[in-house]
Parts: sequence; C-alpha cells; structure tokens
Amino acid sequence: MATLLEVKDLRTQFETSAGTVRAVDGVSYTVEEGETVGIVGESGCGKSVGALSVLRLIPDPPGRVVGGSIHFRGEDLLAMSDEKLHSVRGGQIAMVFQEPMTSLNPVLTIGLQLCETMEFHLKLTPEQARLRAVELLGMVGISEPERRLDQYPHHLSGGMRQRVMIALAVSCKPKLIIADEPTTALDVTIQAQILELMKNLTKRFGVALVVITHNLGVVARYADRVNVMYAGRIVESGTAADIYHRPMHPYTLGLLRSVPRMDRPRGEKLIPIDGQPPDLTREIVGCAYRPRCSFATERCAREDPALEAVGHGHRSACFEKDRLAQLLKVAS
Amino acid sequence: MYRYILKRLLLMIPTLFGAAVLVFTLLRLIPGDTCELRLAGSGGYFDQSALDICRHEMGIDQPKLVQFWHFIWGIVRFDFGKSMWTGQPIVSEMAMRFQLSMEIAIVATIVAIVVAVPLGTISAVKQNTWIDYMVRAISIAGIAMPSFWLGILIILGLLIGTQYFLGTPWMPPITYTPIWVDPMKNLALIVWPAIATGYRYSAVATRMTRSAMLEVLREDYVRTARAKGLFEKLIIRRHALKNAMLPVITVIGIEFAFLIGGLVVTEQVFNLNGLGKLFVESVTNNDYSMTQALVMLVVMIFLFVNLLVDILYAWLDPRIRYR
Repeated sequence: MATLLEVKDLRTQFETSAGTVRAVDGVSYTVEEGETVGIVGESGCGKSVGALSVLRLIPDPPGRVVGGSIHFRGEDLLAMSDEKLHSVRGGQIAMVFQEPMTSLNPVLTIGLQLCETMEFHLKLTPEQARLRAVELLGMVGISEPERRLDQYPHHLSGGMRQRVMIALAVSCKPKLIIADEPTTALDVTIQAQILELMKNLTKRFGVALVVITHNLGVVARYADRVNVMYAGRIVESGTAADIYHRPMHPYTLGLLRSVPRMDRPRGEKLIPIDGQPPDLTREIVGCAYRPRCSFATERCAREDPALEAVGHGHRSACFEKDRLAQLLKVAS
Repeated sequence: MYRYILKRLLLMIPTLFGAAVLVFTLLRLIPGDTCELRLAGSGGYFDQSALDICRHEMGIDQPKLVQFWHFIWGIVRFDFGKSMWTGQPIVSEMAMRFQLSMEIAIVATIVAIVVAVPLGTISAVKQNTWIDYMVRAISIAGIAMPSFWLGILIILGLLIGTQYFLGTPWMPPITYTPIWVDPMKNLALIVWPAIATGYRYSAVATRMTRSAMLEVLREDYVRTARAKGLFEKLIIRRHALKNAMLPVITVIGIEFAFLIGGLVVTEQVFNLNGLGKLFVESVTNNDYSMTQALVMLVVMIFLFVNLLVDILYAWLDPRIRYR
C-alpha cells in the first residue's frame, strides 16, 4: 500500500492574549491508502487543530501553522498554491465535523449544499448533480431523498444532518476523509449507526479515514492504527491491538484504566488520571505528562522523551516504557 | 404566511389607537392653544370674545372626549380635516411634502445599501488590513458628522466647484418638481440631501454589515464551505452574506422610517419643504389637527416598515416561520 498522507513535524500555534499556545507541537504520522487511522486524546490536546491544519482551515489570525510539512500523494499541502488547494479540499480530502447542528448552512437547502460541491469538483451539470445527490442521500440511509433535497438543515435531526455531512464528504470521491469527532454531538444509539455507516462507505470506496476522537471504544472498533496525543504531541502510536492490549505509555494506560471496558470483570475500579493537562502557553521542559505520571523519574523532568520503536509499527515516547511493560506483564 | 400578514395588519389597529391616545393627550398638555397663539402670540391686546369664537370654530372648546372622538372618527374615514393654522385641508398639505420626504428617504436608502453592503463585507473579509481601517474610519466619521453640516459642506462645495470650473456658480433647484414631470430637475434637487443623510445612514449600515459578517465568517458552516473547496468569493456571496443580512435589514428599516419626518434640520439646510419642517411648524403653532395627522402618518410608516422587515426575515432565513 502506498502512503497517502504524510504529516511531518507539524507545528500549529495560536496567538492569544495569554501568550502563544503551542496547540500542535511536532506531530508526525502517516496514513496509508484505504486504512483507518484513529487519533485519540483528551480535550485540548491538539487533535482537532492538527486535523484542521491538514486542509489549512486554521483561522489565521489567531492560528498559524509555523512548521513541518504535510504531503498528500507526494505534494506538500502547506506549500501548495491556493488554486490547487481548492481542488484538494472537498475533492480529494473531505472533512466531517463535530457539530452537525451548525456545520450546515441554515439558510441554504440540503440539495444546494450537496450539489454545489459536485458541480465544482466533478464538473457536473445541475441536473446530474441533483441525480447524484439523491443517490448519495439514499446511500447514507436518508429516507425520501428526493424530498430532502429541497429541505433546510433545521428540518433534519442531528443524526440526519451528520448523514448529510457524510454524503457530502463522499460525494466527490475523495481519497481521504478526516472525521473530527464525528459522533461526539450525537446520542449513543445514533453514534454507532454513524460509525458503521462511515466504516461501510470507506470500505466500499476504498477511502482512507482519519477519525479524531476521545472515545477509546470508537478507536478500538474502527481504527487500523492509532495515534495517542497528549499536549500537542503524539506519545504513542501503534495498531489498535497494540494500544488496547499492550499500551507502552503511562498516558495510554491511564486512559484505558479510566473508561469502563466490556472485556474486564464487572466491578473493577475505574482509575481517573489525576491533575490537569499542562498550560500550552508555557515552554514545557522534559516530558509533558510527567506531573501526572506515576512512573516519572528525575530524568523525565530534564529530558524530553522521543518517540521510539517498541515493536513492529509500535512506538512510544517514554523513558520508563520497559518498566511499564514489565509491570503489565506481571499483572496479567 | 398570508394569514400572518393579515394578523399583523389587524394588530396595527390597536397600535394606532394607542398612538392616537398618546399624541392627543400629549398635545393638550402643552400650555396654550392655536387660537391664543394666533390672536395673542405677538403679546398685544386681544378680545376674549374673538378668542372664544376662534376656539369654537376650531372645535377645541368642546369636551376632550368629544374632540378625541372626532379625531378617531376622522382617521377611520381617512379625513383628517383642515389645518388649524393654515385652514388648508391636511391631506393636500401633507401629500406634497410626503412625496419629497419619501423620495429623499428612498434615494438615501439606495445610497446606503449600495455603499454599506460591499464596504462592510470587504471590511470584514479584510479585517485588520488598511482597507478595513479605512472603511472603519470613514464610517466612524459618518456617524460622528451631523448630516446638516455635511449638507452645508455639499452646498458650499457645489457653489465653489461650479464657480471654479464653469465660471458661474450653480445651485440645486429650490422648488420641487415631481420625478414624472422632469426627472433630471427632480434628481438635481433630491440627490444632495439624499447624499447628506445617506452618508450617516450608510455608515451605520456599514458597521452593522461588518460586525454581522465577522460573526458569520466564524460560523461552522463557513468552515464547512471552505472544506468543500469552494472559492472564497462564492462562500462570501452565497454562504455568508445571506446570514449576515438579517441585522442589517433591521437597521435599514429603522433608519428608513426615521428619515420620513425626522429630517428637520437637513430640510432646513437645503431649503426643502418636507414633512420634518411641517412637523416642527405644526408643533410650534399648536396645530393639533396637523400634528396628530403627522404623528399618525409616521406611526403608520413605522408599522409598515416593521412588517416589511419581518417578511424579509422570513424570506432570508427559512428557520423563521410565522403563524
């Protein structure tokens, strides 16, 4: 499989009155053709900012991508001309956003919002676009698609709107879809439906998918590979099985222990991660997770651990990863 | 929708009645009356019997409730009677001035919209660039500058400019010619006061457009439109502008209604015989019937403009549905 997206040392910052926020601070990852990659982390760890940076959708000011490169099929999106970027956005890389309630324009019909994209990227005539829009809405499981085209977003429920967003995302046959917390704003039963839908469609069309979420369950079920982010960096990266069953970073372990799991005995205690994520306006010396980490040593306060291989395709940024692995082996 | 409009039209009746009560009472709280002013306004001797006769003729010697009844009954029949001061029928006195004031208001509104929507949009899109700063400076100046003063500057500019370039000074005509009689002559009169008031008007609307646009440009659906790859121009025109227009329409509606009857000083500067001037004259003359009729007219205009704004709202934003 060929590499579709290669993010290298991405740095995105925001200028605020409190100082410069290093929202994304040197993130590197790749996405292969047709695979699903999960990006996990708690709120404010930079996962959404990292995703928006890919399509240069960070509002500037106050935000700015200050370093790194993002290669999509060999071309650097960050260095690309605006002209070319327009054909990539929506055409080759599509996005699904977190808030279906506000992500569709309230004063334009569903049909117009679907068709304008296809008319632009696929050069369809209005009639062709309309036909395809009906087909797409049917594909994402919306009843009476013909009638829906002339309706406005407020006529649709949140789940329906997210289906429209997904139809929009697949409409121009992209190579990659970036879904930024696609199910966070929906209720639980709808969440599963939406995720299944995304999985089926991406499989069917061979589209690669980047799912950004704070939900480990989503990642475990749908992602081939997972990147765990903390304080603007990737701290662990591996297959879903690696992350779930062989975590090699205390933060990943902390995340896993703090959520209920079906494969664990009932009644097992949940252990929350103490403390707060660090203030990203300050320069972080040493490991960013150190203040909350039970494995922290003196070295962690001085040096910044780099992401190192711990197995085939499994990498962790922790000095104490061996001790952690030992401990987990003993425990199991 | 039609039912809603009908309902709104019917609701105007109690509103108009309330306005009628208010203006009727307030006018009669002013000390003196039009007869006293006419006979004794100069401070000289007057005959009590002459005063009584005058009051009887005007009908203001009758009990207040009877006077009120005559007033209301007149409105119902669209018969506002005669001016207590000039003795002319009120409708014909107003008609001529209404034409002029309405025309100025319409031209000023056109000036305002044509200037405000593009400028406000550019200013928002190019936020914190020199274009934005310039637009903001111009619009702040427009709000700070009284329109009568701008009117004086325009007249001076016209006189000096034509003197310099043509050799003879040129002044806009003083007498009103209806637009269907001589459009050029009509516009030569209307355009200048319309610009003088339109500047302030457009300044208010520009600032409103800018701030509404800034807000809309931060909305999620604009980000979605960008993520779809659409060009910025199309995003502004199709996705942002329609959403940003709602507050702007409100401002334009209010300003428009104000222009009819509110242009007292500007009318004075351009020597125009408009409703504003008539308003001031009728109040100082204690001309009850004329003042009442004028207030009712302005209230009517406000009500209709409000209704129009609400209908435009529903047309722009499908989420707004009236029942």
